[in-house]
Amino acid sequence: MSLIDSLPRRKAFSSEVDAGSREENASEHKSGAPFRSHRNGNSSSAPKLPKVDGLIPWIVPLAIVLVWQLACVTGFVPSRVLPAPTDVALAGWKLLLSGELIRNIWVSFWRASIGFVIGGGIGFAFGLANGLSQLSAKLTDTTLQMVRNIPHLALIPLVILWFGIDESAKLFLVALGVFFPIYLNTLHGIRTVDPQLIEMGRIYGMTDGELFRRVIFPGALPSIFVGLRFALGIMWLTLIVAETIAASSGLGYMAMQAREFMLIDVVVLSILIYALLGKLADSASRALERLTLSWHPAFQKK
Amino acid sequence: MQEALRFQPVDAEPVDHADIVVKARHLRRVAEGAARGLSLTIRGLRKAFGDNEVLRGIDLHIPAGQFVAIVGRSGCGKSTLLRLIAGLDAPTAGSIAFGEEPRAQDVRVMFQEPRLLPWARVLSNVEVGLGRQRSSADAQARAERALVEVGLGDKRGQWPSVLSGGQKQRVALARALVSQPRVLAFDEPLGALDALTRISMQQLLERVWRDQGFTAILVTHDVAEAVALADRVLVIEGGRIAEDVTIDLPRPRRRGSAELAALEGEILKHLLEGSEDTSDL
Ligand SMILES: Nc1ncnc2c1ncn2[C@@H]1O[C@H](COP(=O)(O)OP(=O)(O)O)[C@@H](O)[C@H]1O
Ligand SMILES: [Mg+2]
Repeated sequence: MSLIDSLPRRKAFSSEVDAGSREENASEHKSGAPFRSHRNGNSSSAPKLPKVDGLIPWIVPLAIVLVWQLACVTGFVPSRVLPAPTDVALAGWKLLLSGELIRNIWVSFWRASIGFVIGGGIGFAFGLANGLSQLSAKLTDTTLQMVRNIPHLALIPLVILWFGIDESAKLFLVALGVFFPIYLNTLHGIRTVDPQLIEMGRIYGMTDGELFRRVIFPGALPSIFVGLRFALGIMWLTLIVAETIAASSGLGYMAMQAREFMLIDVVVLSILIYALLGKLADSASRALERLTLSWHPAFQKK
Repeated sequence: MQEALRFQPVDAEPVDHADIVVKARHLRRVAEGAARGLSLTIRGLRKAFGDNEVLRGIDLHIPAGQFVAIVGRSGCGKSTLLRLIAGLDAPTAGSIAFGEEPRAQDVRVMFQEPRLLPWARVLSNVEVGLGRQRSSADAQARAERALVEVGLGDKRGQWPSVLSGGQKQRVALARALVSQPRVLAFDEPLGALDALTRISMQQLLERVWRDQGFTAILVTHDVAEAVALADRVLVIEGGRIAEDVTIDLPRPRRRGSAELAALEGEILKHLLEGSEDTSDL
């Protein structure tokens, strides 16, 4: 993949690449193609070396791990500050054997999913309703836009007072965090569907149901995916914070426990697992995107 | 450019052969029951947007199967008239009556933009044109036939985004044709195409019109296109039909012939004079 090949597309989509802190607003100040292309989207690279090409993204992470290991082994970085990758792996192995790791990952994963489904589901429903119905939009949109300006993590003290450190506290926070990016981008997607296509659908006698299924929903899908990806990021972020502050299980709790006992390798392990889970969620949404948006020029193999 | 070339064989057929084909098609059409087109009578048609009265009394009769072109300066209300005829907007006053009460699929419109669903393959885009009949058993076969008719039989499985502008417009034409409409209204359908593609598309339009016998109403800003294709050219000015020119030349017409050029010049002169009068160009 040559640099020159990848330049123009990167530039064209650059407004979406820089993800600020309130990322869910992103779709409001961009109107064109509302999502970012894939790093491997342009397959103009040498066709003779597909395998090597697939490995290129892993060169830098591998090099970092290698340097990290070297720095620890030579004593350049004291193990109190940062344990060697091998120590982290060892700690992971021990926790895996004791079953603790799987249990905590499972708890976190469960919280993330349930919170995401609840918040995303409600956000999607409101996005649909407000995108399709003027009345619904008039009734609820202003209120939702006002609530949106409260950073959901600022609610943590209140949420602890309401729910204690119960499961529902974490689910509530995740759901709230996920709600807005999904809501805003679904709404934006529906509102920006080409009105000429909607008119075309009506001319050709589509019923409201068909119009939604064949024109409005597919038209809104790229934007919905933008919301989905932002929501996944916010989902993990919220969960980390919530589990670190108020939990008695889960990855964040595992990290906090380890801190109390000065088990720095477990702390680093937790962070790495968070990163891995985040990457997995992102890859899953990208795969889904590629599958459902195969019609889009940005996803077509040339 | 390739499109223009691809259409060459149609015209390059031996003259007598082409003649037989045209005659056979015409006979088939006649045999299928009187003209397939619907006649159209417009009386006292007015349309205002707020204070802006765009159409100020249009009276017009179009016989079944006629090819009518509508020309006029930009903003004179051509699209407005077409949308009223197609039933997309309601007139402020006046009436539009067809020779027979048209069914939903009898009147179709084609716009300057192809308006294809980017997320549907070419064939499903054409199937959209079947409207309520989409679920019938022969829907796919009919869509395929329409695609072959516009010369895109091999593109059925493609996404619209990989097609050229002319090809997209031909898919839109297939979608409009697939329900075998009796009135087909075109709003500058070739306006966005390059010169060569335009010419091949004009030939295609003329061919399907002769083949299917619908009543054709073509809005265009290209007077040469109007005189080359139409039986009759209407000039709209000041919200009324300012001129009604019959083009009584045999088909297929040779582009650039003296008669066509003379007619074109006459209509253009009228249009330019009109613009001096109102001086709001
Ligand atoms: N939906 C509308 N609302 C208000 N004004 C309109 C609308 N559609 C057209 N017009 C006005 O009607 C006039 C004629 O427009 P149109 O029929 O599109 O012209 P054209 O001959 O170029 O196709 C223009 O002045 C335009 O501004
Ligand atoms: Mg117009």
